[in-house]
Amino acid sequence: GLFVWRLKGTGTRHIPCHFVHLCRAANDRLITFQYFNFLKRMYVTQYNKDLSQRAKPKSDPVVSPFHEPQQLDQEKRVLHKISPVAPVHQPWPETSRRSEMRGVKTPAETEASAARAEPREDRQWKEMKLRLDELPGILARLSKIKLTALVVSTTSAGFAMAPVPFDLPCFLLASLGTGLASCAANSINQFFEVPFDSNMNRTKNRPLVRGQISPLLAVCFAASCGVPGIALLTLGVNPLTGALGAFNIFLYTCCYTPMKRLSIANTWVGALVGAIPPVMGWTAATGSLDAGALLLGGILYSWQFPHFNALSWGLREDYSRGGYCMMSVTHPGLCRRVALRHCLALIGLSAVAPVLDVTTWTFPIISLPINLYISYLGFRFYRDADRSSSRKLFFCSLWHLPMLLLVMFTCKKSVLDKEDKGDLLGKGESPGRAMEIRLP
Amino acid sequence: PPAHSHNDWIGPPDKHSNLRPVIFYVPPEESPLEQRLREARQEAQACNQRFWARHNRAFRQEKEEFICSRLKAKGLELRDETGQKATLNAEEMADFYKDFLSKNFRKHMQYNRDWYKRNFTITFLMGQVALARALRWLRWKKKNVEH
Repeated sequence: GLFVWRLKGTGTRHIPCHFVHLCRAANDRLITFQYFNFLKRMYVTQYNKDLSQRAKPKSDPVVSPFHEPQQLDQEKRVLHKISPVAPVHQPWPETSRRSEMRGVKTPAETEASAARAEPREDRQWKEMKLRLDELPGILARLSKIKLTALVVSTTSAGFAMAPVPFDLPCFLLASLGTGLASCAANSINQFFEVPFDSNMNRTKNRPLVRGQISPLLAVCFAASCGVPGIALLTLGVNPLTGALGAFNIFLYTCCYTPMKRLSIANTWVGALVGAIPPVMGWTAATGSLDAGALLLGGILYSWQFPHFNALSWGLREDYSRGGYCMMSVTHPGLCRRVALRHCLALIGLSAVAPVLDVTTWTFPIISLPINLYISYLGFRFYRDADRSSSRKLFFCSLWHLPMLLLVMFTCKKSVLDKEDKGDLLGKGESPGRAMEIRLP
Repeated sequence: PPAHSHNDWIGPPDKHSNLRPVIFYVPPEESPLEQRLREARQEAQACNQRFWARHNRAFRQEKEEFICSRLKAKGLELRDETGQKATLNAEEMADFYKDFLSKNFRKHMQYNRDWYKRNFTITFLMGQVALARALRWLRWKKKNVEH
């Protein structure tokens, strides 16, 4: 499935993301494409602009050679089943980028049956008692587990792209630490946004909104994820990654979440929140903030805009009523301009990659078609400013990033090609004795 | 909620405010701290309910008025031949959304500040109550062990 993580994650706004798992093999790609279409047909797209979901970066379609594609696919399917799909009233429901599931409009019957099933359960009074058997599901929804998974995959993309020999323990520690930090940030976000989440379709089924968990427990959970997560990153990986993780949590919970209601600048902050995880992955591998890390962050930063702006175009009513300051409501022209601008920036950034020795010269060439396509859709969105063009742009962004990262990985400049390998090996701060695998 | 229950009960979302009402359980030996917590939660609930019910009602009303005025300007009827209410498309509604958001900005600012304050206070009180209960339980345990 394709995980789309994007802005707004107001705790509620979370929509399940579809994770598109792109495999290297051509037939795998076919399967992925089919799966993606299947997901498109199956799910209702709920996009919540709220940044609350913006916490982490998008899914990383790049599968590191150490991953099992099938296993991941299964996990994704299971993950999709966990989150209920809330009935959507608008044809294109809000999508919360960041969080939760994003689904494509379901056929009428599914939507109708979902709508029928939900209210029945909803009309009852429920005892506010914490049931231990429900707790894992509740915590998964509280931490926006799907979004977290996307964030972790972006981090692993950053790790994989770093020009150092692959260090498995470091990779696992970095992924775990980032995942815990993301859980913490998402929980705090939901904690802050309870009344707003109740008022938006996408997010009204969140655990805190439904009273399935007390705010105190949510905060304790966040602390018990965040503190070990950051500690893990700082002590187990390196202090730089830990600092970035802590900064990202702060940025998301204390800057982005309140800013969503204050000014449209929240979108830029949210894009930054999304851009940091791959940088963290890179610094986890190399121990330093290189130009390559910033480039990867830059690519994710730019990607956020077409993704989010296109999504938010269909959620204007809910944003307006909920009091969220989003570009699509207050500055629609700017919204489309920015989306187009950043589509074009992606082309530029892809071209810079070989200059920084991150990839070979094949990368800008191979990625040009998809970058041009998303720019074309961005231009159409800019010109037409209607629902269909925004939808096209949004759905394109869903597969564009995974594909871009995958192509980037395949075009990665071999470590062996580099002139001074000694220099590189000296940079890394791998904690454990890891098996050093030379990447091709 | 049943009379014998010792927990709070949460209900379905309110029609106007979309918030879920909570009926709070008052334990027989409620400590002053617990009472403060319950009252804070009740107050917050009432405040939230008032705000959102009013806000959503205003939104619906203003939206109707806007659609009405726009349709009149275009010379169309409020309802078409089949009796369905005529609506404007998203682009036309965009002006209304923008307007509504800027008009209510100040109100939202005030509400945000209020909500964050209340949320922190309530959660902090919850923490205090949980701590007090834990200490009480430990003391009770110790007493039981001694006997």
